[in-house]
Amino acid sequence: MDFTLKIWRQKNAKAKGKFVTYKINGISDSSSFLEMLDVFNDQQVTKGEDPVVFDHDCREGICGTCSLYINGRPHGPDDAVTTCQLHMRKFKDGDTIVIEPWRSKAFPVIRDLMVDRQAFDKIIQAGGFISVNTGGIPDANAILIPKQNADSSMDAAACIGCGACVAACKNASAMLFVAAKVSHFALLPQGKAEATRRVQAMVAKMDELGFGNCTNTGACEAECPKEISIENIARMNREFLGAKIGSQKKVVKEGGF
Amino acid sequence: MTKLNSKIPQGPVATKWSSYKDHIALVNPSNKRKLDIIVVGTGLAGASAAASLGALGFKVKAFCYQDSPRRAHSIAAQGGINASKNYQNDGDSVYRLFYDTIKGGDYRAREGNVYRLAEVSGSIIDQSVALGVPFAREYGGLLDNRSFGGAQVSRTFYARGQTGQQLLLGAYSAMSRQVSLGNVESYTRHEMLDVVIIDGRARGIIARNLVTGEIERHSAHAVVLATGGYGNVFFLSTNAMGSNATAIWKAYKKGAFFGNPCFTQIHPTCIPVHGDFQSKLTLMSESLRNDGRIWVPKRKEDVDALRHNKMKPKDIAEENRDYYLERRYPAFGNLVPRDVASRAAKERCDAGFGVGETGLAVYLDFADSIKRLGCNVIEERYGNLFQMYQKIVDENPYENPMMIYPAVHYTMGGLWVDYDLMSTVKGLFVAGEANFSDHGANRLGASALMQGLADGYFVLPYTIQNYLADQINVPRFKTDLPEFDESEKQVQARLQKLFDVKGTKPVDHFHRQLGKIMWEYVGMARNKAGLQKAITLIREVRAEFWKDVKITGEFNEVNPELEKAGRVADFIELGELMAIDALNREESCGGHFREEYQTPEGEALRNDDDFMYVAAWEYIGDDKTPVLNKEPLEYEAIEVKQRNYK
Repeated sequence: MDFTLKIWRQKNAKAKGKFVTYKINGISDSSSFLEMLDVFNDQQVTKGEDPVVFDHDCREGICGTCSLYINGRPHGPDDAVTTCQLHMRKFKDGDTIVIEPWRSKAFPVIRDLMVDRQAFDKIIQAGGFISVNTGGIPDANAILIPKQNADSSMDAAACIGCGACVAACKNASAMLFVAAKVSHFALLPQGKAEATRRVQAMVAKMDELGFGNCTNTGACEAECPKEISIENIARMNREFLGAKIGSQKKVVKEGGF
Repeated sequence: MTKLNSKIPQGPVATKWSSYKDHIALVNPSNKRKLDIIVVGTGLAGASAAASLGALGFKVKAFCYQDSPRRAHSIAAQGGINASKNYQNDGDSVYRLFYDTIKGGDYRAREGNVYRLAEVSGSIIDQSVALGVPFAREYGGLLDNRSFGGAQVSRTFYARGQTGQQLLLGAYSAMSRQVSLGNVESYTRHEMLDVVIIDGRARGIIARNLVTGEIERHSAHAVVLATGGYGNVFFLSTNAMGSNATAIWKAYKKGAFFGNPCFTQIHPTCIPVHGDFQSKLTLMSESLRNDGRIWVPKRKEDVDALRHNKMKPKDIAEENRDYYLERRYPAFGNLVPRDVASRAAKERCDAGFGVGETGLAVYLDFADSIKRLGCNVIEERYGNLFQMYQKIVDENPYENPMMIYPAVHYTMGGLWVDYDLMSTVKGLFVAGEANFSDHGANRLGASALMQGLADGYFVLPYTIQNYLADQINVPRFKTDLPEFDESEKQVQARLQKLFDVKGTKPVDHFHRQLGKIMWEYVGMARNKAGLQKAITLIREVRAEFWKDVKITGEFNEVNPELEKAGRVADFIELGELMAIDALNREESCGGHFREEYQTPEGEALRNDDDFMYVAAWEYIGDDKTPVLNKEPLEYEAIEVKQRNYK
């Protein structure tokens, strides 16, 4: 298959970027999108030109490293996949493919298609955990967890932290990412003890890092490669309101919160 | 002749670990704050170690090459984690998990380490549940289990097909909490390029900041390498693209011995290779063998008809199917260990019964289970795996059997460590897949997650403390010491040397070449002539690489080609060591199959008289043959037998 690629090139965080058009020929339809870029980069290197920089690692849709805004959609035209799981058979021979990095203030471009997503780590550090140290834990079966709750918690915990939700959102909101983590813990008895502190701390950090607000468009859910539901956002809002109204104390800066 | 002391505690195997813990030296809380520990790698072993050491009060610096610690390749582990909880009342115990692991490893692992692993396995589950890992549960609210290869009990805990992800996110969240408490500093997009040794002890690392290109110095009282395995030597493997051996290879060159480098695990159930530009192979979890039956056609005419699309697999009558694992191994059937299943698949394909376009595939068929349990149960158990398969292959596995073939997945070999998980370099600890310790010649399914977390949560916090106890008066190290100067100079020189080649071919070209040689001659079946040939060919690739590799871009910027070049240069050297080790080991055991040494039925034939040892290779110079050191293996609690899964 042959394609025309319009790729965002940007030397570094400070440089001005631009689209550059390239041609690529002889791509197999069973190639993945990133394998197509591998072939492209090998050609660039052979010609002595800079290969295009993009993030990728596991290439099986679970590490959340790969990104790419492809023809106006995060992770491209297929549903419920990451870019590394997108295959060229989803395109037509001769297509023009536009490839951009994630676009969000909180995810600045590092180079070409590579962005800085440390903001997500900071949100987790603000409260996306259960405060237990290693050891001295009661038996794993000591606390029963209804199967439905464990399953719903797992649905939320399946988030891979890729940032597609932010990239898809017109407000660059991180609500789906944060809500998934809040829900994952809120649905488990182990996460209940510090639920009110957690949701407030994570939301405050999200706001501080420059992510936008949620206006219920639902683009995040539509583009999420792991099909995380926006029900989680509703749950987070409920948790947040409950915490705000119900909490007696201020959010104490302690134990990471 | 051996310089190796495994430091296994005295006494019966069942009390070694508790007696060790009773007698080690400890560091009091106010002194812990004065001691620094570097942890390289943030997978299960690294993240759990950083979290646990940070919680104890040590000052930890955690490094990873990824953009977030959460993305380490442990995240991709699918099937599950073993623990001897015996929740199923089916006869499990610490001893049985210990026994299965030793037997699965074909009697090439150390008893003391493996018993400890089995002993702490239950605590890992407790710890993970407390951290919020949403393991699968039954309707009554208790934890669910499934079976895995090499065991006759159900002891595997799982979170759908994403167990590694959930366990890693648990360890990552614990580590994140320590970051917020100020006990752990996280350095992402950093790659370790050397270990710094001062007065015979590991005291720091040289790392490259992958965003700015800057070479950085970091000092500490102890260094932990938890940088994973080296399966990417084969180019195509189930590892992540960035998974590499550079950290352990640099440590090897600084004096850490390399244990059993040839012990590689070829996983039986991966999606077959499809073309020349493929970049990696995707695993289909071993858990699928719980409900899937593996077969190929019995008749050559059916093989032809399938290959020419004149027939569908479901058109082949039951009596014309060869369920070869059930036929050869009735007791374990489709749940034989991975090495056995892989070789059996290769045997059928080599005999001309393979399916698919290339003839290098066998069927993994769910039709019977779907009939017995219903589609929805199968979907609940394996939904994400089926989806993954469909996306890659463009075929519906609910309707047609999956096609699978073995692929490189895990390396049992790694840096040699003693009972403390310390390498032959003092103060340099190695955890998880990066060390050689617990799996012998073959790792059982769902044991990698167990080992990574055992090392990080429950072993290193004790053994590092024991090591550091007499160093509470050693002040923090400055990074302007001559040892740091020297190390940084070497790192700079090597990077410059890579740039200066200014050849014509991209890095991947050499990596692919290396991979082909390794797969052909150092893969699933090996022999003397092939291994000798491999060594010659690898040396040729190495010479050509240093003559003709081309790296674009600059030093002080994001430069993935430069990163890859450094890693591939190390893989080439490591590939040669693997071939040397495989040549030396004149026996078949576990994943190491030498064609010269097999039983009449084609099973691996060990030679316990001459090879019941760990081969620990010592680096003595770039163009010198490494020196072989032997650690004899002694079995006290287990009787050594030929493995039998019939």
